Amino acid sequence: MRAALLVLIALGGWEALARLGSIDLLILPAPDQVASALYDDRSLLWHNLAVTGGEVLLGIAVALVLGVLCAFAMHLSPTLRGALYPLLVGSQAIPIVVIAPLLVLLLGFDIRPKLVIIALVCFFPIAVTTLDGLAGVDRELLKLMRTLDASRAQTLRRVEAPAALPGLFSGAKVAVAVAVIGAVLAEQAGSSDGLGHLLLQAIPQLDTARAYAAVVLLAALGIALFAGLTLAERHTLPWADRVRGDQRT
Amino acid sequence: MPAEGAMKTALEASVQEPRIVNSSAAIELEGVTRRFAGGGRRRARREPVTALEGLSLRVAEHELVAVVGPSGCGKSTLLELTCGLQQPDAGRLRSPPAVYMPQRDLLLPWLSALDNAALPLRVGAHPASRAQARARALPAFAEFGLGGFEHAMAHELSGGMRQRVAFLRTLLAGKPVLALDEPFAALDALTRQEMQRWLESALAREPRTVLLVTHDVEEAVVLGDRVIVLAPRPGRAVAELSIDLSRPRRRTDPAVLALRERALDALGVPS
Repeated sequence: MRAALLVLIALGGWEALARLGSIDLLILPAPDQVASALYDDRSLLWHNLAVTGGEVLLGIAVALVLGVLCAFAMHLSPTLRGALYPLLVGSQAIPIVVIAPLLVLLLGFDIRPKLVIIALVCFFPIAVTTLDGLAGVDRELLKLMRTLDASRAQTLRRVEAPAALPGLFSGAKVAVAVAVIGAVLAEQAGSSDGLGHLLLQAIPQLDTARAYAAVVLLAALGIALFAGLTLAERHTLPWADRVRGDQRT
Repeated sequence: MPAEGAMKTALEASVQEPRIVNSSAAIELEGVTRRFAGGGRRRARREPVTALEGLSLRVAEHELVAVVGPSGCGKSTLLELTCGLQQPDAGRLRSPPAVYMPQRDLLLPWLSALDNAALPLRVGAHPASRAQARARALPAFAEFGLGGFEHAMAHELSGGMRQRVAFLRTLLAGKPVLALDEPFAALDALTRQEMQRWLESALAREPRTVLLVTHDVEEAVVLGDRVIVLAPRPGRAVAELSIDLSRPRRRTDPAVLALRERALDALGVPS
């Protein structure tokens, strides 16, 4: 509610600035122009949104699988943890803008380089928060499990994995926000559709209303993914809200 | 409480001497020493810390031995040695399989009270299915005063109830020895007294060999068949009190008070 109010105020300010100010409407379109573009170009925008949304969803899925696998492997093997952690951090220092075109050259114009780039930016928050969740289990609880004769796999399944789920969700929420940026960068490096590609075409043509409309859709995509994750988290982990406070001690 | 009658008879039986002891369910420690690397910042400065030195102790089958002492006296180390979580550096230790009960209840927040109590049945060499585990834990719930709370989640339970579920989980592990690490320390005074009574009745129903670590001298005297007083740095036994009083014991009983004074004396606390 409060967010909606804030958006309304911002839109009002923007409208006033665009209409009364000295900035050309071609450069800074007014919100109503962006709204018309959203409506007039709906089939074009919808098609490109579907392309980008599909890339983002698949990319996050790949990142989830890889991130969780990596977190479990690092949790189970301190050697692997020592070997992989610096590489994980290093992977985040890779300038995506620079390597995106290289990946397109390597993998082609299709969805593959997009998936690689989205997975690359999403993988890190997921792996790190999941690993923290796995390693954050109370040591007293692990002692108890040992005296209950639980095997390593049983402790992992019954205690550590469920305890890591809230962390996994936190990581995934961070990941969806950066996933959208990753998708746009990947599309701008080389593709024939998607909202990133649309932006790349609209801006030089000074079709700024359409460009802003694409940005609005990208924001909406991020918000929708985030909201979906929040709902899924409430549904699968109704207990997590209660314990989040005292779990991280 | 319906358990009262059964509890008394079982407890009265337990004070008869000499006890017939099945040596296989007794805990025996002979000159047990345990050292740790010190906590100094530089490796060279780390003096090994002796957590326990030359501790000899015997806990007979179905006996409850309370161990009291200030922090740093090696109480927790003693429990972990008994549970096989650590190995002694010197001396001999023999204990039947023991289950550890930590100070905090550590119930799993994603499981119901019933599933938390049944956790021990779901792990180990022959894990039961969820339905089997529940079926086995269910009768114990009513028996131990938890009836009606089977499906409550951990956060919906009071501190005392959580501790009961944690204790039931410890019992359902089915081990002859219970290693209890200050099980009631986190509870308010009133709940603690209630839980001490409850523990007595629970042990009357399900007799086990119990090593109870506590910093509460009164609790030790009220619950223990014997009280071992440990002194710190290095952890060693400085006194042993036999508590030959009938149960349930009242903390205001002059005999309880006298024993409490003796234990405090042994700890070097001026009364």
